[in-house]
Amino acid sequence: MSVAALRRPALRLLELLGVLFIASIGVFSLVVLMPGDPAVDILGAGRAPSEYAALRTELGLDQPLVTRYLDWLGGALTGDLGRSVVPPQSDVTDRVLSALPVSFEIAALGLVIALLIAVPLAMWSAYREGSAADRIIGAGTFGVLSVPSFLAGLLLILVLVNSAGWFPRSEWVRIGDGDLLGNLHHAFLPALTVALAELAMFTRVLRGDLIVTLREDYILAARAKGMNPLRVLFTDALRPSSFSLVTLLGLSLGRLIGSTVVVEYLFSLPGMGTLIVNAAGQGDYPMVQGAVLTIAVIYVVINAGIDLSYGYLDPRTRRVHV
Amino acid sequence: MTPKREAATTAPAPTDGTRGTAAPPLLDATDVRTAFHTPRGAVRAVDGVSLTLSEGETLGIVGESGSGKSVLGRTLMGLITDGPGTTVSGTVRIGGKDVHALTPAGRRALWGTEVAMVFQDPMTSLNPVKKTGTHLSESLRLHLGLGRADARDRAVDLLRQVGIPEPARRAGQYPHELSGGMRQRVVIAMALACGPRLLIADEPTTALDVTVQKQILDLLRSLAEELRMATILISHDLATVAGRTDRVAVMYAGRLVEYADTAAVFDRPRHPYSSALIASIPRLDLPPHTLLPAIEGRPPNLLHPPAGCRFAPRCDTATDRCTTESPGLTAYAGERDAGGLVACHHPLGAAEEAAV
Repeated sequence: MSVAALRRPALRLLELLGVLFIASIGVFSLVVLMPGDPAVDILGAGRAPSEYAALRTELGLDQPLVTRYLDWLGGALTGDLGRSVVPPQSDVTDRVLSALPVSFEIAALGLVIALLIAVPLAMWSAYREGSAADRIIGAGTFGVLSVPSFLAGLLLILVLVNSAGWFPRSEWVRIGDGDLLGNLHHAFLPALTVALAELAMFTRVLRGDLIVTLREDYILAARAKGMNPLRVLFTDALRPSSFSLVTLLGLSLGRLIGSTVVVEYLFSLPGMGTLIVNAAGQGDYPMVQGAVLTIAVIYVVINAGIDLSYGYLDPRTRRVHV
Repeated sequence: MTPKREAATTAPAPTDGTRGTAAPPLLDATDVRTAFHTPRGAVRAVDGVSLTLSEGETLGIVGESGSGKSVLGRTLMGLITDGPGTTVSGTVRIGGKDVHALTPAGRRALWGTEVAMVFQDPMTSLNPVKKTGTHLSESLRLHLGLGRADARDRAVDLLRQVGIPEPARRAGQYPHELSGGMRQRVVIAMALACGPRLLIADEPTTALDVTVQKQILDLLRSLAEELRMATILISHDLATVAGRTDRVAVMYAGRLVEYADTAAVFDRPRHPYSSALIASIPRLDLPPHTLLPAIEGRPPNLLHPPAGCRFAPRCDTATDRCTTESPGLTAYAGERDAGGLVACHHPLGAAEEAAV
């Protein structure tokens, strides 16, 4: 490894920090942008002006914005995202750390399920482009896409939980409790609900890229070597066709972590979406800031990882040193 | 290198002795037709071509772009088969096996070991995400059942055999790290990997620099001789084929118009089209700035080919008969063209020889 080879990751890291800095400003500004006065939200209307003023001083809201931002950022960098302003005034970091694994698990497991279904479907579809199977897969995945999450989730609950009784609908089992199977048992249905919404897009994108790849000369050349078509699909076609899919995957994972509110509600999961929605409703701005900042960091880190994976997917994007 | 040569040279031997009569040709194609069905009708890319090729023989297939030569090559190999959107008829036998009657798995067993193809563009015929060594070792492992390490060693040997310097290092590189000429050498090594008895080279130099073209053609030639491999060299350029093949088949609009010994075709082309092609090869003995004779007009649309001789609309010597009656590929009467075939009602040189 030369200096030049290390320079790229270093530059990327710098770029990443820049993005995070800007994101932190955006997240902090949420306080200013959120409607209403936090003091009024907390105390309720009809108190004496002096009471509101005292609370504002207590919360540090009377300080200039820049000072408040720097205080908050300093805390965030040391892992302290402040305290909730809503009783019981719990620690924001603790709350985020307890909600994050739930959301992350549902999102990640959902994407894995979506991939396990979408990749074979896309390969079959692309390999038999224009066939009945291709059209059925196309129509089917779009049919699934057009079913909103709350409906799909409800149907899954009705059929698999209430009627068949295959899945529990009790309290969420944490991974940390050591009961991994119990945890997966709980996580499967919400993850499947998430997967159903992502599936169609993954299938369509991968199918499209595969069809283009399958027309390449090197696919014909691989076939002419006498390789089995299935093997050609996996070893020759899949990797060069997976750019859009991997990009989409990174974006989906980042997006899903904060936006599975509906699924969390249906399956009564204590995830990030629920945390943010509740906090926003109560005017609990430190909670919103902390949660959104965490999601922003994860989003940026995931997508930086995706960027780095391009080098693995296509050696041509690596820098060549002769 | 040595085990490779053994594999290639010992393989053809048993076929000679086992049959009482003369050994069947390695490649025997009869009345091959390939049509693609498009919304506007059937495109008859190959329209009744018969060819034979013996062990170790070299054949050039020459024609303009769109004459069907690449489709013919792929149909001979069985890469294009009868299926949805494509109709293939006629028979192709390679080493006695009817390629188009085999199951897909049967055909795959043939590819690489009996027949292999070198593709036109080395920039696109290597997978950009696979190392060059992997391109070679995967067929070695598939067809010869070699282990990972053995396949790797053999791959390096093959790269050395096709004249790639530092083969061990090159095997670990990706195609984009190699020059065009090097890549075409890799493509050739890939085709040679499992010791095929028939190599079909489809315009192997068209995408390369002029300086590299000759190197690649000479390499193909010497490898074919060394490995006693029959070769079909497909090209749009007669000059490429001259001196490098035993026989040449001139193709026009999906049909063979002349099929004879290469030397005979160059010496005395019988078909006006062959003659025109030869006349359009630049020559050093002509004064500078001499205009080369071009063939007027364009090849016919294969959706609606003309009746009669397909070259008639562009032919100087065409008569009424040519536009109505399609000439068959027949042996030419003259003694000097033993084995030569031409599809023309008025073959060149016929009148003067009749007068003698």
